[in-house]
Amino acid sequence: MSNILRILFQRLALGLFTLFIVSLIIFMGITLLPGDAAEAMLGQSATPDTVAALRVQLGLDLPPHTRYFNWLLGALQGDFGTSVGSGQQISSLIGTRFANTLFLAIFAATIAVPLALILGILAALYRSSVYDRVVNVVTLASISMPEFFISYILILFVSVKAGWLPSLANVQTGVPFLVRLEMTLLPALALTLMSVAHMMRMTRASIINLLANPYIEMATLKGIKKARIITHHALPNAWAPIVNVIVLNLAYLIVGVVVVEVVFVYPGLGQLLVDSVQRRDLPVVQAACLIFAATYILLNLFADIISIVTNPRLLNPK
Amino acid sequence: MKPTDKLLSRLNNAEVSRRDFLKKASALGIAGALPGALLSTNAVAAKPKRGGHLRIALAGGSTGDSLDPTRLTSPHINFLYYTTHAQLTEVLPNGELSPYLAESYEYGKDASEWIFKLRKGAEFHNGKTITADDVIASLDRHRGEDSASQMKSFMQEIISLKKDGDSTVIIKLQNPNVDFPTILSAPTLGILPSTNGKVEDFTVGSGAYMLEKFEPGQRSLVKRNPNFFFPDRGYVDSAEILTIADSTARQNALVTGAVDVIGDVPAATADLLARNAKIKVLDVTGMMHDTFPMLTNQAPLDNNHVRMALKLSIDREEVLEKILSGHGMVGNDHPISPVNRFFNTELEQRVYDPEKAKWHLKQAGLSKLKIKLSVSDSVYAGAVDTAVLYSEQAKKSGIEITPNRVPADGYWKDVWLKHPWCVSNWSGRPTEDWMFTQAYAATSNWNETLWKNDRFNELLVAARAELEDSKRRDMYYEMQRLVRDDGGSVVHLFANHITAYNENVGVPSKVAGNWEFDGFKMVERWWLNS
Repeated sequence: MSNILRILFQRLALGLFTLFIVSLIIFMGITLLPGDAAEAMLGQSATPDTVAALRVQLGLDLPPHTRYFNWLLGALQGDFGTSVGSGQQISSLIGTRFANTLFLAIFAATIAVPLALILGILAALYRSSVYDRVVNVVTLASISMPEFFISYILILFVSVKAGWLPSLANVQTGVPFLVRLEMTLLPALALTLMSVAHMMRMTRASIINLLANPYIEMATLKGIKKARIITHHALPNAWAPIVNVIVLNLAYLIVGVVVVEVVFVYPGLGQLLVDSVQRRDLPVVQAACLIFAATYILLNLFADIISIVTNPRLLNPK
Repeated sequence: MKPTDKLLSRLNNAEVSRRDFLKKASALGIAGALPGALLSTNAVAAKPKRGGHLRIALAGGSTGDSLDPTRLTSPHINFLYYTTHAQLTEVLPNGELSPYLAESYEYGKDASEWIFKLRKGAEFHNGKTITADDVIASLDRHRGEDSASQMKSFMQEIISLKKDGDSTVIIKLQNPNVDFPTILSAPTLGILPSTNGKVEDFTVGSGAYMLEKFEPGQRSLVKRNPNFFFPDRGYVDSAEILTIADSTARQNALVTGAVDVIGDVPAATADLLARNAKIKVLDVTGMMHDTFPMLTNQAPLDNNHVRMALKLSIDREEVLEKILSGHGMVGNDHPISPVNRFFNTELEQRVYDPEKAKWHLKQAGLSKLKIKLSVSDSVYAGAVDTAVLYSEQAKKSGIEITPNRVPADGYWKDVWLKHPWCVSNWSGRPTEDWMFTQAYAATSNWNETLWKNDRFNELLVAARAELEDSKRRDMYYEMQRLVRDDGGSVVHLFANHITAYNENVGVPSKVAGNWEFDGFKMVERWWLNS
């Protein structure tokens, strides 16, 4: 166990350092983009003196390194500042949206992960059967289509033609849980279609890979049923690669869903990030990107720990 | 079946759009013979009903929106301000100006002094009576040195804001301006409550509706103001303004009944949407126009013959058909729309004429012209396609236009007013003076062609001080001619505001064209039938 704790602390410390580097890169990236927040906000109606006045109001007249260190000092004390555009506190601006993003990701994952595992295990069990091929073709086809296309197809059939589910997922705070589930079911389905193929194919491939091992042959010779061999003998050893793919997909569900958000008008973090980059709203971009980066770091850490825990050789190294 | 009957049945079955119908009907010579009601968008001008919850989706709006009027940027905020915050004046659906929060206004000794009398007993949503101090504090915020307001250049014309009693405000301007009351109808100039000369709360106004909830980039919720100073206006009990940036999502929301009204319907799909029996599409001639501004101080564009050649080399009708699917109007190389009061009806429409363009090129001493046109789709949807189409059409005049795609980021800073020829787009302004002053006056920061025509600039100043309407009309007529024949912009299209709504929504017989959604006043003017 101490081994795992050591890894945990090491990785968390490294993660913090990574976040610092990420914040620096984001800051430099935004600074390099043409135009600043004042110009982006005024757009066509910018004149030199209104831009100058707005820059002073927004504190953009300070040199870049001063602005970065001011931001960093605040961030270290837990104050991520206020949005340049609307003057709102970052925490209140991001809070509900991040909760929305997490909700949708968890909802989609609750459907996608069990579905992918079951489909993958069955595909390994009935390898090269008609079922195996159909599942492969369907999931590969759904992942090959662009997100907006899948979303539009779902909206067209489920919502416009059949009228079963709403096409808008613009949830507000205080919506009852069941209503929220109904409103977000369609985007969650779209995300499921986008993410099932990876996980399902990795499950199938790692199990099939293990089935060629001598100990599986032994189990077969002992007369154990095929289904039991897969769930009790192969699957425990296949967790490491499967968990890695699941975690990558979870990260995608959290950070990569801006297109789905736009199509379903879902108030998540992605839309906020895109708007903020367009408006050069640095504090919001920083906060959103750090959340995304932290998500990746934590999920990867989680995947590694699961791999170690499920593998006695890694858990008790000699 | 007679051709007329056939056409009528196709109209009823929505196989042909209203516009095509009108075009074909006039080709058959029957337009005049048809009953007027058939051709009016609102065949039955029903009586407005009270009550209900109206849901509207528009394209504009961003998570960075702020209620501070000196930082207003998005259409969502303009729409919201017209719903919840009363301005001193308002533009009526017929384009005329009328007092709004002001009970009346008049000029003093000339048009450089304006006296506004406030409506007696008008109150803010929090019950506070509106006084001259509130008006002064609200307008003052826009004119200081440190103001970043879009209205700054107009508000800096004010040399003094004084009150005369609690309900009269006297505004003195640096120079006479007959149209000054119209400027005060801008959404950003909504009157806000003040304490000790300072505005503090942006959520309280005195408009027909009170702000309940504002979530930037998502939605605004408003509730009817029972103490509104026009007790007969404002029919629905409550309304919701949603920002839905994706046009397909907006149309889906309307089709599935999640919203009642949507704006910014793409021209290409408007006629398809109209096939749905439960949905109506409203086409309103607006003031929004697309332009190709040329920097008139740079060779060869400093030569008017070259500019004329370019103006004659675009086939406006084809661009209108292909880019806007006909949902608009061809422009005549000046920015004044028929919605404006002094639109020059005597000016001949400029048409595609490659031969004449060649002649102009020859006058400029050129046999051929190669020119780069900087373009980005961020300026308006279809800008790049328009540029490509234009370059094909101009080949006949011996002009080689190379469309040059530039990044959307920083377009207004790095391309516009910097590249010799680019694309631009104006939402239009309610008065001729406003439009000309911002985009064509020699002194303007937004003079996008850097055009300096002495006669035009003289007339611009003179017209501002002219109190007699007929003389002003003559001046604006001449200015439109000057811009058309000497100016630096190809103004090829005016785009319609295309709004779609479900059949339950009641629409007044006359709809304003100064902005979309009935000049952004639809919450106050439209209603629900059940």
